[in-house]
Amino acid sequence: VTVACTPSELLAVIAARQLRDDTTVFAGVGIPLLAAALAQQRHAPRLTMIIEGGIVGPRIRPGRLPISTNEMRAGHLAQALPGITDLFLLAQRGFLDVGFMGGAQIDRHGNVNTTVIGDYHRPKVRLPGTGGANDIASLCREVIIVTPHERRRFVPRVDFVTSPGWLDGDGSRARAGLPFGGVTRVVTTLGVLGFDPDTRAMRVDALHPGVTLDEVESNTGFELLTASPIETTAPPAPDELELLRALDPDRRFLG
Amino acid sequence: VGGPHLKPAEHDFVAARRRLEAKAKSAGEKLTSVEDAASRVRDGDLVAAGGCLFSRTPLSLVREILRQRRSGLTLVRNLMCTEGEWMMAAGAVGRVVTAWMSIGLPWGVSRVMREHVESGKVAFEEWSHLALGLRLRAAAMGVPFLPALTMVGSDLAATVGLKRVQDPYTGESLAAVPALFPDVALLHVHRADRFGNCQIDGYPHMDADIARAAATVLVTAEEIVPEEEIRRHPDRTVVPGFLVDALVLVPWGSYPHECYGLYEADFEHFEEYTAAIAERGGRAMEEYLARYVYGPPAFDDYLELFGGERLARQRRFARELTTSAGGFAPLPGLPPGLRGQSPRSDRTSS
Repeated sequence: VTVACTPSELLAVIAARQLRDDTTVFAGVGIPLLAAALAQQRHAPRLTMIIEGGIVGPRIRPGRLPISTNEMRAGHLAQALPGITDLFLLAQRGFLDVGFMGGAQIDRHGNVNTTVIGDYHRPKVRLPGTGGANDIASLCREVIIVTPHERRRFVPRVDFVTSPGWLDGDGSRARAGLPFGGVTRVVTTLGVLGFDPDTRAMRVDALHPGVTLDEVESNTGFELLTASPIETTAPPAPDELELLRALDPDRRFLG
Repeated sequence: VGGPHLKPAEHDFVAARRRLEAKAKSAGEKLTSVEDAASRVRDGDLVAAGGCLFSRTPLSLVREILRQRRSGLTLVRNLMCTEGEWMMAAGAVGRVVTAWMSIGLPWGVSRVMREHVESGKVAFEEWSHLALGLRLRAAAMGVPFLPALTMVGSDLAATVGLKRVQDPYTGESLAAVPALFPDVALLHVHRADRFGNCQIDGYPHMDADIARAAATVLVTAEEIVPEEEIRRHPDRTVVPGFLVDALVLVPWGSYPHECYGLYEADFEHFEEYTAAIAERGGRAMEEYLARYVYGPPAFDDYLELFGGERLARQRRFARELTTSAGGFAPLPGLPPGLRGQSPRSDRTSS
């Protein structure tokens, strides 16, 4: 039985399923944080959430979801507040299993741009900047990008590499001085994408129920590889949606 | 990609060391007025502000610096918020060194930042969050750079001129993140004694590193406590008094930004502020600065604009978020033996 849900709810549920128990996740505010909290409540009670404001192991307080990663709401009932630099150093040391990231633009090798649209020196739009995204992309054991699937976001080559994915593919990430990590999956409103292990080009691994490959391709600005077979994700279960909706009763992020 | 090159004076550890050696490091009285404290900032200074985004921002000092019409400043802050917008709109900064600038997700990309950066009026020097933290950490350590595994491979590295260093032991190549020695640090803390021994509750952010990295340290505090109280809990002191040059008592000194455990950020105010800018652009910003910065002579007059009721409500919200109010519910799935009942005690200071 398919349960009706919004695109944001679908994104959060599918993202939550990517997280395993007994691991750590670096989560930004919004959908990534909701997804991590959902995973923790449903199947990963020994998951530790890490928030870039310098926060370890907070509990999300329903109805008082944080707007930023650096405010009291984000650290509600936290286990430790080590400070920002020391928190990122935990990632550099290798304590962070998964980094959840969004991004204005993403390309076929999983590079993300949150710096400028257009030329760096004469930008059409100056975006807010990396924040911790570059560090998460550089330092976590793996990165999972969570994003709406829109053609304007999925571009052949990002205007500016703020957060390195696989750079140009084919081992270029390691050669550039990034021996660890890399983007493993892209969870979108249409499906789940991975990367070819050799070329590191983006590949359709799974489609959400009712979504066609055509739909994914027409919402992507570059050619996609396809897994064979392409899986179909299980639709959000009633208990997943119930737990998720309880976390955001004001529907601040769930739409 | 070319772009702004590193300014050698900003990471010259020898010059920074000599400057500190030449300076008085007094255990004496530091209390002064906000006007006097802010007057230590000179045109063209590299100014680092403590806190992060809308948390523990030294807004009373920023306000006074703008009232004194400083210009040509470079503002260093990892995540910049409305204080950065004020400084841009007031014409006080020509450059920002940051990882991110806007107000917060719900309010989109900062219009004030876009206008000033896209037009070339303000240079935006972008470092990753950790790299900028390490620049301040390196300066706090008195070394010229720190090796790191971040920022390499990205286009950010080229735009700021980040160099690499080879590990002499393994031969691996790492980022060599250069130190950043600010002229002045602006900090807002929870409490200090009159000698400037500072304690912070909740998020430490990067304040301890900033205080050690800068040549001059200006502090505002929510509360000035007797010396004995500091000596009773010396483990809580993050900035020893001899690092501090000027100290000012400013309750609510971050408002409408938050101060951990004491007041939550005033999101309603952010809504009004961003709505006005969206509607009337630079004109709204001018009106805002006239009303909140140039108009009210003292910080108390500024706080009057928000009103006591609003402040009391924000204090209540902060207490709710930093105490066990709202309840601590163990997660489902934990074995019964692990289901603790202990509510956390109030962490905020009395």
